[in-house]
Amino acid sequence: MDRIENLDCLLNKQKELEHTMDIRKANHDNTEYREILICGGTGCVSSQSLKLLENLNQEIKNHGLENSARASITGCFGFCEKGPIVKVFPEDVFYVGVKPEDASNIVSTHLVQGRRVERLLYEEPTLKKKVHTQHEMEFYKKQERIALRNCGLINPELIEEYIANRGYEALGRCLLEMSPKDVIHIIKTAGLRGRGGGGFPTGLKWEYASKQKSDVKYVVCNADEGDPGAFMDRSILEGDPHSVIEAMTINGYAIGANKGFVYIRAEYPLAIKRLKNALKQARQAGLLGRDIMNSGFDFDIDIKYGAGAFVCGEETALIHSIEGGRGEPTTKPPFPAESGLWGKPTSVNNVETFANVPAIIINGAAWYNKLGSHTSKGTKVFALAGKINNVGLVEVPMGITLREIIYDIGGGIKDGKKLKAVQTGGPSGGCITADQLDVEIDYESLYSIGSMMGSGGMIVIDEDNCIVDIAKFYLEFTVEESCGKCTPCRVGNKRLYEMLTKITEGKGTEEDLETMRNLAETIKLTSLCGLGQTAPNPVLSTMKYFYDEYLAHVRDKKCPAGVCQALLQYHISADKCIGCTKCARVCPVSCISGKVKEVHVIDQELCIKCGACFEACPVNAISKG
Amino acid sequence: MKTRTLSQDLYKQLEEYIDSIEANDAALIEVLHEAQHLFGYLPMEVQLFIGEKLNIPASKVFGVVSFYSYFTTEPKGKYVINICTGTACFVRNANAIVKEFENTLNIKTGETTGNGMYTIDCLRCVGACGLAPVVMVNDDVYGKVTVDDVQKIIAKYTE
Repeated sequence: MDRIENLDCLLNKQKELEHTMDIRKANHDNTEYREILICGGTGCVSSQSLKLLENLNQEIKNHGLENSARASITGCFGFCEKGPIVKVFPEDVFYVGVKPEDASNIVSTHLVQGRRVERLLYEEPTLKKKVHTQHEMEFYKKQERIALRNCGLINPELIEEYIANRGYEALGRCLLEMSPKDVIHIIKTAGLRGRGGGGFPTGLKWEYASKQKSDVKYVVCNADEGDPGAFMDRSILEGDPHSVIEAMTINGYAIGANKGFVYIRAEYPLAIKRLKNALKQARQAGLLGRDIMNSGFDFDIDIKYGAGAFVCGEETALIHSIEGGRGEPTTKPPFPAESGLWGKPTSVNNVETFANVPAIIINGAAWYNKLGSHTSKGTKVFALAGKINNVGLVEVPMGITLREIIYDIGGGIKDGKKLKAVQTGGPSGGCITADQLDVEIDYESLYSIGSMMGSGGMIVIDEDNCIVDIAKFYLEFTVEESCGKCTPCRVGNKRLYEMLTKITEGKGTEEDLETMRNLAETIKLTSLCGLGQTAPNPVLSTMKYFYDEYLAHVRDKKCPAGVCQALLQYHISADKCIGCTKCARVCPVSCISGKVKEVHVIDQELCIKCGACFEACPVNAISKG
Repeated sequence: MKTRTLSQDLYKQLEEYIDSIEANDAALIEVLHEAQHLFGYLPMEVQLFIGEKLNIPASKVFGVVSFYSYFTTEPKGKYVINICTGTACFVRNANAIVKEFENTLNIKTGETTGNGMYTIDCLRCVGACGLAPVVMVNDDVYGKVTVDDVQKIIAKYTE
């Protein structure tokens, strides 16, 4: 693309390209032309969506439809459970679970004959009928897409499509029509807060950095999304990398920085590729680099790679990692806004926070402020995962209830099971119980019930999951990821983990529970950084709400969910047993006795709880618990 | 100084890479990434080489290598089996998949089979939670893996 010289030049370009969006936004009468968008996010690419794209374009060619149809990739639609997702415009038809070999069917039936491919349509479980368009899907009805506005709409590899949907307009307006103070004022009054988990007001952070006197300042984008089960930032970088570049540049202008870094996990190869491509395009178009849009403002961005350390999501640790060292945190203050990268004032913001910025500048603070709850404005992206029907990425207004997310959007619990808890905030967060489903979600309300917003991972846990086992899982994670610098985190969490292990092995006592609680409180109070200060949360919150389950483990030596192997007991029901001897034959320790056609019995002393008999019984006479 | 036993050609490539960038303290992590990409792992001799080239003490190089889980000082198998044990995979029974791989290949997680063919590793979330539980073999991704699939997956990588 030619260099964009000024704001008019950008707006002209936007006008010139706008029509490419018409068909996708359904404000087009020309129904002859069709566009097929295929999800090109990591999840769908893993399910061969790129092969599907190739096949679709080949089929379009085979049918001689090159002038009336085209297929291309786009960012994540969010409906990852049923990927790969294919959308046909302008009809707004949503196909799910599409395989590469379905390409010929889509082209011959949909494009040529104008009929929908029924078998690929999504069946709404609540209605028990196939849904013909995306806007009829319950999954999307309560969503509000701001940070994800371009995901599923534009091709992330083309800067032209980003510009067509008002991309870089916010940057142009900031550089050429506003002062840095104006920019900060808008972000402040919009009420945007950090989406990485902490929820610190973004405008204040920018203002603080802008007031520092320094020859050099930096902007850092935290894309070290280490929270397992969370993939919001990855999806934004894969689906809309330009929005992050644009927002970082705006941040640079607002605080007086000329250099930015994106710190990204090395485990996200696709996001890195798209980001690199976007940086190159932005530089070519003069939207990044020297004298952007002839405004006199210079800004450029480098990519820095993480190397698998969860603690680097903490901003001071992240800064040390960019500097090339061990990613160990340091105490705050000084805050990075005062003394960050190489001792210079640094504004560190998360990917999702950045993705909101251009939309706020274009639409105004009042527009953004209207959305959300009293203390938390705008929307939040959540990654829904675990035992839920619609695993995927959702963006909802703050203040929505968990019930709406789990049941209306998420389609309820998998296999009709009972919801036990929802874990938010990852290894730093806690569990929300089924009784708390009507709590309105925002930073403060989640904190008040012992969890936290975190970066947006939302893991649904059902009756088959053991709560002690879940707490142990998070502690194991923290123990592995603790950097070892401070003792409460390094040693304390290890001890907590050992006690949890003891409990799941049936060796725990009630006294252990008390010790665990005390230890957890101490770790919270005395750890150096956010990782240690929040690491005991999964234990404290599960102990608070599921104390009975802990007691069952230590007092009755039972695991109510039937997960903890050592606490399981297998029993053969005398009523159901038909004496077929199958169980006795598979038992590796020969602890099942009984004659043919007589009731069999398990010797509990010898049983190693391997579960072989349970699997072998043809009449389900063996129970575990 | 320990002699260099690994391919001189790879050292040359690494040297060219270091010469092509601004070689300072801040470049250490990216140089280590490149070195691991070239050699497959970061044994002591490679770490010493990097320290010398960047003028960084070997102790610091080792400190960084040992801090980050992405870096390995042991060679890996031809096929690295990465089982995701992130939360979404965990609640969908990834542990059973790990056990099945360990039993089938007769090694523990983090180890490599004697013939240098397979390494089992666990990783935390590839972000494909819709496909949980997820297994990756080098760059191939397998989604919604069951215990029964384990044998079939291994069977695809025998040469």
